Amino acid sequence: MDAFGKYKTVVSARATDKKILKKSQDGGIVSAAFIYGLENGLLDGVIVADNAGEFKAVPKVATTPEEVLEAAGTKYTVCPNISVLKSAVREYALEKVGIVGTPCQIRAVRKLMKYPVGFRHTDSKIALTIGIFCMENFPYMGLKTIVEEHCGVKMEDVVKMDIGKGKFWVYTKWGETKAIKLKETHPYEQIACHVCTDYTAELADISTGSVGSPDGWSTVFVRTIRGEEFFNKMVEDGYLEIKPIEEVKPGLGLVEKLALTKKEKNTKEIEHRKELGLPVPY
Amino acid sequence: MVKIAHIHMCGCTGCLISLADTYEQLLDILNKVELVYALTLVDEKTEIKEIDDKIIIERKIPDDIDIALVEGSVCLDDEHSLKEILEVREKSKIVVALGACAATGGVTRFCRGNQMSKPVHSSFVPIGEVIKVDLALPGCPPSTESIVKLIGAALNGDTVYLEPYAELANKTEVCGCDLLYKVVNKSLCMGCGTCAAACPTRAIEMLDGRPNVLKELCIKCGACSVQCPRIRFPKLIEEIE
Ligand SMILES: Cc1cc2nc3c(=O)[nH]c(=O)nc-3n(C[C@H](O)[C@H](O)[C@H](O)COP(=O)(O)OP(=O)(O)OC[C@H]3O[C@@H](n4cnc5c(N)ncnc54)[C@H](O)[C@@H]3O)c2cc1C
Ligand code: SF4
Ligand code: SF4
Ligand code: SF4
Repeated sequence: MDAFGKYKTVVSARATDKKILKKSQDGGIVSAAFIYGLENGLLDGVIVADNAGEFKAVPKVATTPEEVLEAAGTKYTVCPNISVLKSAVREYALEKVGIVGTPCQIRAVRKLMKYPVGFRHTDSKIALTIGIFCMENFPYMGLKTIVEEHCGVKMEDVVKMDIGKGKFWVYTKWGETKAIKLKETHPYEQIACHVCTDYTAELADISTGSVGSPDGWSTVFVRTIRGEEFFNKMVEDGYLEIKPIEEVKPGLGLVEKLALTKKEKNTKEIEHRKELGLPVPY
Repeated sequence: MVKIAHIHMCGCTGCLISLADTYEQLLDILNKVELVYALTLVDEKTEIKEIDDKIIIERKIPDDIDIALVEGSVCLDDEHSLKEILEVREKSKIVVALGACAATGGVTRFCRGNQMSKPVHSSFVPIGEVIKVDLALPGCPPSTESIVKLIGAALNGDTVYLEPYAELANKTEVCGCDLLYKVVNKSLCMGCGTCAAACPTRAIEMLDGRPNVLKELCIKCGACSVQCPRIRFPKLIEEIE
């Protein structure tokens, strides 16, 4: 089984701007790319997942670096980013749109580019897609239960959540850190994630996640010609520093292991659903 | 030369405008085809007859059409409408239901706004309920790009690309409810929001990451379910460069 899908290069990277690193989830690749795009005329607007308070996520069309920064960081809950794509093109009159999304959302974008039935004059306005690695997502009430019941932290006190090293981490504004075993979060997963076999956002122009790189850095796959041009310019202009993935720990091996785990487990689930006569995406 | 005709049944001309909308892309295609029949875009053959002292000028649907793009539904109260769609079927190799009215009935069938359309509202049916359709391209109207891509694929004989449209040709009943029955209720919806963005009437709002369909606004154009990646995800979408 192919773990990562098509890609041109894979590196470890992080933003050079401290302001971005302070707000971002990992190496700040998404925010740095969007800010770079906005500042250099490669993008005139981007779709991000804003925090609507207490980690409720809402899609937002951002047109300034400040707005991009406000929306930095991972919300481990469903955020229908693609729902604002047409309004980004129509109401904001954007000509060069950047979109960040989970692998499934990037797949949705690819589908609408190939079959743009309900998306008049939209696909030509999509200038860059950035996918974020994803093992699973949580409905908001599920996330709230994890945080409040299992971690014992009030949602309003949370400043950051993270998944790593087999645990679900919650950081509070009081400086506390709580962690529970990832196993405890499984019952709250979005069931639809169990038919998903894409871990590294295989259809994005650029995909990124924390796994594989040291804390504060990100693993980045550059997949398409468009992604490559964008990424190279960004590095040349000093927005990112990069290291060969072979030189960092834990390295690509761990990404491969997780990607294959997801593929194998969820391929089985797809087969199981078929046996039961349930529909699967085909 | 491949002969293409645009046939206008009971529709609002939105699909034709959508077809004509991207001139550059259209010109690429027009160089490869002969557009033999289309309102405003080509001079049509007319037949002038004298019956009972009246002069009747009729547009004449040409013979040997390769691809007929049919816009609009069939009005069952209008025998001309019925006759015309049967004639189109007889004379065409491939019949495409272009847009929601032809594919599902769309606004002609599910008009919202309390007005009575004439002839009587209840009598409009999608063309697939009268004749056999080969490809259906829903949407109200379908985007310019999707029309151009569909014609391009038909010219190249790209049946793999056309497969989803061939499947839709066998289905004249679609609705925002499809999302609820086929995706949300089957635990397949992951909340991307593509359906909401695709909807031309803003009938879909995303509530807690799931689509909620406002049935008062839904005109059953099919755009939402066609765009949902959790109903259909053709393999060829994975080819990226
Ligand atoms: C549900 C989920 C599961 C994840 N699982 C993994 C994993 O298993 N392994 C791994 O390595 N990485 C995972 N990630 C990705 C990781 O958490 C970071 O998002 C990624 O590394 C980007 O960090 P950054 O510092 O480059 O981006 P930042 O600069 O912090 O920007 C992150 C961007 O992602 C957007 N975003 C945040 N939440 C969402 C959301 N729910 N849906 C769509 N967009 C969103 C934000 O708006 C922001 O623009 C997951 C992310 C999500 C949302
Ligand atoms: S696991 Fe798959 S379906 Fe679920 S949120 Fe992540 S990418 Fe989407
Ligand atoms: S919900 Fe919207 S997109 Fe879906 S069928 Fe109804 S009108 Fe069309
Ligand atoms: S398009 Fe996305 S949000 Fe809409 S039903 Fe399908 S999976 Fe759910």
